[in-house]
This record gives sequence, C-alpha cells and structure tokens, in this order.
Amino acid sequence: MIIFDKVTKRLGGKTVLNEVSFEVPRGETFVIVGLSGAGKSVTLKHMVQLMRPDSGAVRIGEDVISAARGAELERMRRRFGVLFQGAALLQWLSVFENVALPLRELTKMTPEEIEKTVREKLRLLNMEDSMETFPSDLSGGMQKRVGLARAIVMNPEIILYDEPTSGLDPVTSRLIDKLIENLRKELGITSVVVTHDLHSALAIGTRIMMIDGGKIVENATPEEFIESTNETVQRFLEAQYITRRGAWEKGMEQHV
Amino acid sequence: MIAPFKEIYRYIDLPIKSSRRLGRIIVLACHDMGNALIMLASATLYIRTLWKPRARYETAMQLYVTGIKSLGVITVVAFFTGMILALQTGLELRRFGQEVNIGTAVTVVMIREMGPFMTGLIIAASVGSAIAAQLGTMAVSEEISALEVMSINPNRFLVMPRLVALAVMMPILTVYTNILGILGGGIVGSTQLGVSFQAYLDNATRYAENKDLYVGLFKAFIFGIIISTVACYQGLSTIEGAVGVGRATRQTVIISFLMILIIGYMITRLFYI
Ligand SMILES: Nc1ncnc2c1ncn2[C@@H]1O[C@H](COP(=O)(O)OP(=O)(O)OP(=O)(O)O)[C@@H](O)[C@H]1O
Ligand SMILES: [Mg+2]
Repeated sequence: MIIFDKVTKRLGGKTVLNEVSFEVPRGETFVIVGLSGAGKSVTLKHMVQLMRPDSGAVRIGEDVISAARGAELERMRRRFGVLFQGAALLQWLSVFENVALPLRELTKMTPEEIEKTVREKLRLLNMEDSMETFPSDLSGGMQKRVGLARAIVMNPEIILYDEPTSGLDPVTSRLIDKLIENLRKELGITSVVVTHDLHSALAIGTRIMMIDGGKIVENATPEEFIESTNETVQRFLEAQYITRRGAWEKGMEQHV
Repeated sequence: MIAPFKEIYRYIDLPIKSSRRLGRIIVLACHDMGNALIMLASATLYIRTLWKPRARYETAMQLYVTGIKSLGVITVVAFFTGMILALQTGLELRRFGQEVNIGTAVTVVMIREMGPFMTGLIIAASVGSAIAAQLGTMAVSEEISALEVMSINPNRFLVMPRLVALAVMMPILTVYTNILGILGGGIVGSTQLGVSFQAYLDNATRYAENKDLYVGLFKAFIFGIIISTVACYQGLSTIEGAVGVGRATRQTVIISFLMILIIGYMITRLFYI
C-alpha cells in the first residue's frame, strides 16, 4: 500500500536515495535496516511528505502523497502515526498534554473521553505513572514511549517507527516489539519500522529491507534475509552475531 | 513547509564568482521575505481561531511572557531614556533660558520616537530572540515535523499566538515606556534643572498632540508584527542543529533592529511630511 517509485533524493550534495523502488504491502510489518546515515530516516520522511523526492513518486495506495498539497495532504497524513527518532515531544507540554494534543486539535472528543483514551494508550506503554511529568524530566527511552503513545492515539492505519527500541533496555524493547506485533495481528495495522536491532527486526518483521549506498541491497522475508548471499547483508548480520538460522529462531521464540 | 528552501543556503558557500554569489544572496533574501510574508498572512487568517480554548491558552501564555518577563528591563531603560533626554535638552535649553520647555521636548520625543523605538529594541532582543531560539530548537528536534504530520498547522498553533501577543503587547508596553520616560524627565527637571514637577507636566501636556501618541502607538503595533514575523520565520526555518539555532537567534535580532530603524523612519516620514 506504500509504494516508492524510482525515488531519488539528493541532500547536501550527496545522493541519499538513488532510484529506490519498493512496496510495503497492507497489514505487514516492514522493517528497514541499514548503517547509520544510510537514509532510513529520509526514506521514512518521504512517506509522509516531510521530504519530497527530487524525482520519482511516493504513493499511498492510489494517492500520490509526494505531490499532494493542502487539505488533500492533511487527509493522507491522517492515515499515519509517526514515531520520530528523537521522540519530538513538545517540551512545554506535560506527557498527558502531549499525547492528548492530536485528540484536542483534530477531534471533537469531550475532555473525559480524551482523558480515558490517553490513559489507555499510556498504560499500554507502562507510562501511566508519568502523566504529569514534562518531557525534559524523562529519560530518552521514556520519551520514546510517550512519542509512541502519541503516534497511536488517533488509531492510525499505518504507523512509522524510527528506531522505536534504540536507547531502551532489553525488557522494554521486547514490550515495544510485542506492541507492534499485536497491532498487526489484532488490528491489521501496517507498520514500517526503522531499526538497528536485528534481533527485533527478525522477530517482528514480515519483510526486511536493507538500504546501503542509496540503493536497496536486500528486500526479503526474515527467513530469506538471513540466508542472503549479499555481502553487505552478511557483514551486517555477522556484526550482530547472527550467522545461522538457529540463533535467531531461538531468540524469536523468547521475544514474542 | 519552509525548511526545504533553506537547503539552498548550503550552496552559498560553494566557490562561485562573487558577483554571482551576491546575486544569489539577493535572490534568497527576496525568497525569504516572500515566505515570511506568506507565513504572516497565514497566521493572520488563523486569528479567527483565537476563541478556541487551546489557542486562547497559548496566546495568554505568550502575552504573559512578552509583557511581564521584560518589564524589568523596560522600566530601567525607559526611566533612563527620559532622564538622558531631559538632561541633554535641558542643558541646551538653559543657555537660552528656556529650560521650562523640557516638558514638551521630552514628551514629544518619547511618544513620537523613543518610546516605540526603545521598546521595540528591547522586545526584539529579549522576546524575539527567545521565540527564534524556541522555535529553532523545535525545528531541529523534529517537533515542527511532528506537528505537520499530525496536521496541526504550525502557523496556527505557534505563529498566531506569538503574533497576536506581540502586536497587542508592543503598544501597551510603549505606553508604559512613555509614562516612565516622561516621569524620569520630570525628576531630572526638578532636581537638576530647577523646573518644578508641576511646571514640567503643564508644559508636557500643553504642546504634545494626540496625533503624536497615535502615530507612536501605530509604530509600536507595526514593530510588534515585524518582531514576531522575523522571529517565527527564522525559528521555523532553522536547519543544522545547535549552530542553526544560534544563527536563527542572531539573525532575528539583527534583522529586527534594522527593520525597526528603517520602517520607523518611513512611518515618521509618512505621517509628518
Ligand atoms: N535535512 C538534511 N539536509 C542535508 N542532509 C541530510 C538531511 N537529512 C539527512 N541528511 C543526510 O542524509 C543521509 C541519510 O540520513 P538519515 O537520517 O536518513 O540516516 P539514517 O539511516 O536514519 O541514520 P541513523 O541510523 O543514524 O538515524 C545522511 O548522510 C545525512 O547527512
Ligand atoms: Mg535515522
């Protein structure tokens, strides 16, 4: 349902994406991996037109989001929830107000309904106790979880996660993994996850794509991905001590 | 929304012929000016959403920050501006035995020119720079992007309350500056120049016209719009991390100062010639 059609993007004199084409099918958890600076965040930003391609197009189903403007763009963006790499919470609003913001601004919900919804989402992420805290008083991992609560509060059909588990302890990381997995299984939500953590990628992903040097070097199911003969992929796997099937399968059973 | 254009700035430093470079800088300046005006127009249109609770709250916050937080500096500056004016003109006027007229001199200069001018400079340096730094930090930490993705228009959510707050507060603060300045002048008059406070006030009210006051307040209103527009635009279009925030803040102060001087002169010309 998210389709990249020969997307090229140059930034700061460097070609970050070079005629990249791929498709994220509906209801899948699509994981994007790659080295730091490979263009993962840039790819994600193209999906909600925070960046526009220099050439090529990004479509959401039939809608060409890379060319949309005004009210049309707003309508398309409403289908998304986005977790930013740095959480991107508004610093002068409390945790509660941050998560409530989209509900207050975009819906006609009553204060009681808003309170209930926000509580529920924060409970999912074990953040209910910090409701009155301000983002600057939270750790990076806690901010991430609040950012995630805000991303899902409008019940979007597509959720983009930019490194949802980086900076989190392993236990909380698995909590997030489980949440993403549940959203897919129970609500059929399409997820695009950018991550460095291959263990979680293999555990939650239904497809894994690796970007390197502005090109897609691998786009496969998890099973195929670890068997990939591509050198870049192999080096990436080895760096995280994943060499054989057994290793990650055992990991996956424990995680999910 | 605004950010992509700023990417062009990266290329200014490329080794190109200086004549071309100048051309490019001019083109970019016009480009920025156009975008800033579009932002201003958009925020102005959103003033109709002011009655909504959220917007009301934000605007009240900005009014508070603008009005209360800078009151201390403004008090000192206004007082001393009046005192300096009184002393300088008083000493000159005494040579002609006209020192009783310092009332008029201080009042007219304060309400026509120095009141809005001094208030504008202080607000640009304190409030304007703070706005640019705050919005700039938001821009580089993707908070602006997050708002855009949530379909919360930054022009409505961030720019409009600041625009309203500054456009309302600048005239009010200017009245305050004027009063304190005139008082300061009166104190210098009675202690240093032998003009009684009563005579000073009589003289002050006799020659100053209502028009002077209105033009001064109109100036202050325009300065408020200028400062908020420059600060918000610089903030929202910040790129390149902490360095970018520093640059946005500096640019805000410099551009606001220049525009206050130039536009202030033009308004004076418009109404008095
Ligand atoms: N706004 C921008 N202006 C200029 N260059 C940019 C911009 N955003 C990203 N880049 C460049 O694009 C490249 C890819 O950046 P991106 O943020 O997508 O990396 P990433 O894969 O997300 O890395 P990380 O894992 O560290 O987050 C980098 O070389 C970066 O310097
Ligand atoms: Mg990134």
